[in-house]
Parts: sequence; C-alpha cells; structure tokens
Amino acid sequence: MKKITGLEMAGISKSFGEVSANRNISLSVSSGEVLGLLGENGAGKTTLMNILYGLYRPDKGTIRINGNPVAIRSPRDSIRAGIGMIHQHFMLVQNHTVLENLILGYDQAPMVLPHRYMRVRVAEFEKKYGIHIDPDKQVWELSAGEQQKVEILKALLREADLLIMDEPTSVLTPQEADDLYRVIRRMKDEGHSVILISHKLDEIMSICTRVTVLRKGETVGQAEVSAVDKAELARMMIGREVMFSFKKTPREPGDVVLEVRDLHVISDRNVPAVRGVSFSIHKNEIFGIAGVSGNGQREMVEAITGLRKAKSGDIVLEGSSIVNESARVVNSRGVTHVPEERIKFGIVPNLLIYENAVLKQHTMSPFSRVMFLDYDSIRDHAMELVDRFQVSAPSIHVPTKNLSGGNIQKLIIAREIHRKPALLVASHPTYGLDVGATEYIRSQLLIRRDEGGAVLLVSEDLEELFEVCDRIAVMFKGQIMGILSPGDRDIEDIGLMMTGSIGTDTPKEQGE
Amino acid sequence: MNRYRINIQRRHIVTPFESAGVFTGSILAGFAAIGVLFLLKGVNPFQAFYKIFAGSFFSVYGIKETITKAIPLILIASGLTVVFRSKFWNIGAESQLLMGAVFTGWVGLNLGPVLPGPVLVPAMILAGFLGGAIWALPPAYLKVRFGINEVISTLMFNYIAAEIVKYLVVGPWKGETQHGYPYTDDLPAHGILAQLPGSRIHFVTLILAVIAALVLWYLLFRTRFGYEVRVIGENHEAAKYAGIGFTRTTLLMMAVSGGVAGIAGFGELAGIHYHLTYPDAISGGYGFTAIIVAWLAKLNPLFVIFAGLFFAGIVVGGDAIQISFGLPAATVQVFNGVLLIFLIMGDYFLHHRVRIEKTAKNLGDV
Repeated sequence: MKKITGLEMAGISKSFGEVSANRNISLSVSSGEVLGLLGENGAGKTTLMNILYGLYRPDKGTIRINGNPVAIRSPRDSIRAGIGMIHQHFMLVQNHTVLENLILGYDQAPMVLPHRYMRVRVAEFEKKYGIHIDPDKQVWELSAGEQQKVEILKALLREADLLIMDEPTSVLTPQEADDLYRVIRRMKDEGHSVILISHKLDEIMSICTRVTVLRKGETVGQAEVSAVDKAELARMMIGREVMFSFKKTPREPGDVVLEVRDLHVISDRNVPAVRGVSFSIHKNEIFGIAGVSGNGQREMVEAITGLRKAKSGDIVLEGSSIVNESARVVNSRGVTHVPEERIKFGIVPNLLIYENAVLKQHTMSPFSRVMFLDYDSIRDHAMELVDRFQVSAPSIHVPTKNLSGGNIQKLIIAREIHRKPALLVASHPTYGLDVGATEYIRSQLLIRRDEGGAVLLVSEDLEELFEVCDRIAVMFKGQIMGILSPGDRDIEDIGLMMTGSIGTDTPKEQGE
Repeated sequence: MNRYRINIQRRHIVTPFESAGVFTGSILAGFAAIGVLFLLKGVNPFQAFYKIFAGSFFSVYGIKETITKAIPLILIASGLTVVFRSKFWNIGAESQLLMGAVFTGWVGLNLGPVLPGPVLVPAMILAGFLGGAIWALPPAYLKVRFGINEVISTLMFNYIAAEIVKYLVVGPWKGETQHGYPYTDDLPAHGILAQLPGSRIHFVTLILAVIAALVLWYLLFRTRFGYEVRVIGENHEAAKYAGIGFTRTTLLMMAVSGGVAGIAGFGELAGIHYHLTYPDAISGGYGFTAIIVAWLAKLNPLFVIFAGLFFAGIVVGGDAIQISFGLPAATVQVFNGVLLIFLIMGDYFLHHRVRIEKTAKNLGDV
C-alpha cells in the first residue's frame, strides 16, 4: 500500500536572517501526478523542497500527508514518511559498485552477504520501472544520467512514494533526458507522485501534469499544464510588473571598449560552456547578460577577466587583445571585476577592511612601493572608499567578515569602481541584497556609465537588467539567443529565450 | 524518548577578549591533562611542574640552557609562521635544519683554510640558509605543480636528509682526527662561534634569531609578499581572483622558511657541535617542537621569541624531571604533543559554537 496518496504544504514561510526565502507558499500533489515547480533561481524552489525533505525547518506552515499533519525534522523522517529526493549533485560513493551503493543505508538488506538478496530486489525494481543499469559497474564509470538512475533506484528501494527531483536534466544530455522522462512516466503510472523543480518551460510542458510557479519566495500561480501555454508560464515566472523606471538619461554609445569575437570556453567539467559568443560594448553603455545561471555566463566572465583560458576566439579591449592574459594583466589594462559569490571570491573574510580595500590593487602605486606596502596610504584609501561609497562599518580595522552582505558588496564595488575602469564587469552584483543596497549599487553602475565607462552586467534579475541596461543579451547553453534593448522589451520573448524556446538557434540542439 | 545531537555552527565574530580567554583556557586544560599523566605515573603534578620551571628558569644554569635551546626554536618557528599563514604545512623543518648544517659544514671544512674569519662566518651563514632553502623547495614545487600533499612530502624529506647526514659522517666526510667516531673533522677555529662566557649561548645566532623574527614579522605584515601569503592562506579563491601567483609565492615562502631553519642548522654546527655528526645529536626534534612554538605564538613571528623561550624551558625542564622522578625520556615529547592538541582544539572551539541539543521524538506513524 502507498504511504502517500496526497501531500499538501500549506502556508509555508522560511527566512534566513533578513532574507525571506519562502512566504506563505502552498502546494499539493497527489498520487499519479507530476507537479512542476517552476521559478527563476532564487525564487525559493529549492528552499521549499529542502523543507519538505527535512533539511530545513519552516518558520510557519504545515505539511499534511493524506490529510494528517506531520512534523518532518530530518531527512530520516521524510524517508520514513515515503519522500525521496534526487539532488542535483549525486550522493554516491564513486569507488563502489552500483549494487554496493544501493545496499548502503538500506535497512532490509541482510547484515551478512547482502549482495545476492539485493541483486534480486534490484532486478525486480529495474523491471518494474524500466531502468536498466549494470549493478556491478563502479559508479565512477557511469555517465551522469546513469548515476541519476542509481539515485532514483535508491529512493524507490526505500519505498519513496513521492520523489522530489531538483533540476534533474541540468546535467543530462538530451537523450538521457528523454530516458529520464520515460522513467518518470512509468513511476506516474505506478501511482508515485513526483515534484520536479525546474526553470525549463519545455520540460514542464512535456512531463508535468500540473505546475506551481514561484517568484521571489511567493506562489504566483498554479495551473493544469494542459490549460496553459509556455508564454503564459514565462510571464508568471518572470512577473508581469517588471518595473521600468527610466531614471537613466539617454546616452549615445561612444567608441567600442570591449569586443568579444566568437568566444569558446570550456567549463570545469570539461564540456563546452561558452559556444561562439560575440558582442561588443561601448563607452557610456551598460551591456546586460540575462539568463538562468549555469548557461555559460560564469565561464564567459572568467575568460574576459583572465581567470580562465579561452579555447578559441578573441577578446579585444580598446583595440588590443587581452585573450588568455593573466588576471593581473587584464586588471592592469583597465578591466575590473565584481565577482559573483562575493564572500568566496571578492574578499578575504579574515583580513581587515583596509587590507581588503586594496585586494588586486596591492601591487599598484601608491599602495605598493617596490615590494613594500604603504599601509598609511592603504588606510587613507580605505577610509575614503568607506566614506564615499557609504559602507557602514564600525572602523576599517575590523575583519571584513563582520560586515553585512550589503556592505561587503559596497566595499567591493567601491574598490572596483573608484579607479574609473575602462570596463567594469559585474556578476550578480545585487544577488541576495536588501532593497537599499541594491538601489545603491545599481545607481553606481549608472554613474559609471554616465562618466563614460563601459559596464558588463551579468544578472538573473530581469528587473535589474531592464532598469539599468542599454542593451541586453540573453544567454542559453553557452550561446547568445538574441540581443534586445529595453525599448523593445517583450518579457515573454526574454522568458522564452532564457529557456531556449526561441532564439537564434532553436532547433534540435536543445533537448526537450 | 529524547535523542541528543551535537549542533556545530561556525562563529564569525570573535573578540580579542574571547580569543585570549580561549587561548589561556586551552593552555591550562593542556597542563591539566599532562597533570593527569603525571598522576598516572605516580608523580605529584604540582611538584613536576615546579621542577620543570625550576630547572629551566629559576637557576642561572637553567636560564643559560633555556636560551641556548631557544635559538634554533625561534629561528625555525618564525620561518614556519610564514608558511603556516598560507596554510602550507611544512613538517620538514627538521631536515631543513640538517641540510643547513651540511652546507655550513662543507663551507667551513673546505673554505675554512682559505677564507679569513670575517668572511668565513658570513659565508657559512649564507650556506646554511641556502641548504635549508634548497631542501625546502622540492616539496613546494611538487605541491604547486602536481598537488602532492606537502605534509607527506616534507615529512618524508626528513628521513632522506637524516640518511644523507649519516652517510656523510660515516662515509666520505668522516674525520681524520676523530678517532673513528662518526664525526666530520672539527671546523677551523675561526669558523667556530664565540659563546657567552660560562654558557653555551652562541650569541651570533641568538642575534640572528631575534633579527629573523623581526624581519619575518615585517615581511608578513608590511610587504606585498606577506600580504599575498596571507591572502592565499585565508581565501584561495580570492587569491586567484586577485591574480596572485601561487607558484612564485609558494616557492619563495618555502625558501624563506627552509632558509631560516638552515640558519638554525648553522648555529647548532658552528655554535655547539663544531662538527657534523649523527642527525639526532644535531637536532633532536627542534623542527617538530618549533611547530608547536609557531602555533603557541598564534603564527606571529614577534610572539615566537617568547613562545620559543617558553618551549626551550620545557625542553630543559623536561630533562630535569627525567632525572628527578625517573620519568622516561619521551615525557617532554608527550608534554609538547598534548599541549599542541589542546591549542588546536582551542582554536576550533573559538571558531565554532558546539552545543548539545535535545531533539524531540520524531514523527509518529504516518
């Protein structure tokens, strides 16, 4: 008998410090249903599912299984209740075989020599769900799609009736994705329910029965998939009321500052991440890159700022090539960089504020003479940055980790912008910041533009892009799907480009 | 039914007051643990501690010996603060000292006859530095080029160096004038360091040690190189973002760390032994004790001067309690080890909040 015939989450709220990730979210799913949970990054999808799986405790709200309220305090509770989760990153022991991974943590396996018993069980399940995998292969030999199947088998063996899948196709090839859809349909037929976290419209349309759309931590829509079309979903996901506040004064773009020509970059996982991107940015211009993260933006930014080698193509700054120069050289040519994940890349949390105020500029005068640092001028400089850029800090002599996220970001912006760089590259500069800090940082980008600087702004926040950019390119799977200006803003188009549904190269290349 | 679980959270803000408190606390806890060990051996711990400090600090002889032993500890530990700041764990100072002694010995024995004193001693110092630095570089290179764990490689280099020294003193470098002992010939008289009268304190090296601590403090906190070392240690990603060159910085800092350990080797050779002999006799674990010294000094070269004296005192006092209470020779090592473990644990508790929480019984039947 199924443990779960219907599951409901009602009025779920969760905040992390001052950031509220989920506000009064409700959803329900019943047996034989595939529910799509759609939303941009940061919309609160993963937080919500982590609550369901017992990784976080909600601040408010209840979870009901078959109508009865339950308390889920840990993954162990949720597994016992019949919930399974397939994470984006697989939790398998690489040097063990598939069978050994399945045995691990499986209560019913016999203590001694569990292999024979499990082999039979696994074969049963494989047959039932149409999953084929060699149980004697070691996990490291498997492709991402095969590893995912092992994870699914693991959950099914533990009698999961509800499976949560966090962006399951993000690591799969189109063929593997098709295969996964087949397995999901089979599970549906067997009476399981599935919650599929995704921001890919095609995926939702092709596999889900119902969809719940989240935006900025709130439920903004629920629908039967058969009753909506992609355009409608895109609008829900991105929001009707994108604020077009045109505080910015029109500027004629000046000379070309940066020109990127047919850039190809390989990712850490050794697959092409940027696949033939070309664009140029002028003086007095903010050029935006829209797109769901993971579509090559990071690799492109790293190639431009000298942190990653380009495979081919050219990057020309003010007439001379900077492709494959070191980060230090690129910086000295006038490219500064506000990195994503500010605390991980942008500062050294344990060093003092004034020490961080010159990171990357510590080799330049007046902070450095020959090999000695001039701490007097470094401290003066830090004071000036803190004053001018409204960084609220008790003093410049405290470790930078004591500052709030917004103030750390102001410090980084101050450091990167005060030199009036020819090109400022800003990656997700307002991600996770409060309204005040966000406004301040956007206004600084605009000031830099008005002074004659060129700005490359990578963001997932369309509101932000529309507010400050002069042109916006949409990136999907390492390619630019189109370049728009906020004048011909058609939210639906952008939404569809971001999900790869329309654009310069639509056909067959993008899976489902 | 209740379950308990340990909840560990990172603490981001640590006040200097808390830091000092935890530091004192961990030293006291370390002493308490050692006290228990003394008790188990049937020795009154208060008496034992008194003996240790009486042996090393309350007598003229003790103070002289303590200073003598502090010289190599201060030199090595101040070098270690530099690499430890960048989270590069150099466990090979023992062998860097030995190779410093080997190079010093070669210069002293071979150039001694031709160089006058004022040139010979600086040449020997330089040779000591080079010996230690050269010996420190291969593990550094293996780390940056192939990612080979430096703890293993520097540790293994200790054995290699020890065997090289043994080979030299029983083999090709064995002295003509040493009556068959495994020693090299003594250094020429003008290559031997003067000692403070009535003691074994070779003050040239003592001065070098204090200068090294000061210079390395300046290097760490006032130069570009020191800044880059600290950025690498605190945030690898940010260092990459800032365009800091790992290879260059790592090789350079290991050369410095190994080099000052090599100068310690020079001091032991030219100030104490006058000839190269078995590795245990030349060093006897200074390279390892210095790790604790650096840690006790909170990786600050200035504090190393005091921490070095303190630990030298424990080494000297340890000899005293061996004799008084008939404790085994390893007592001092146990003492050092226990103290280090408590210091490291203290560091952990300073940066993490550990709480034991009661969790209610999990959900009932579903």
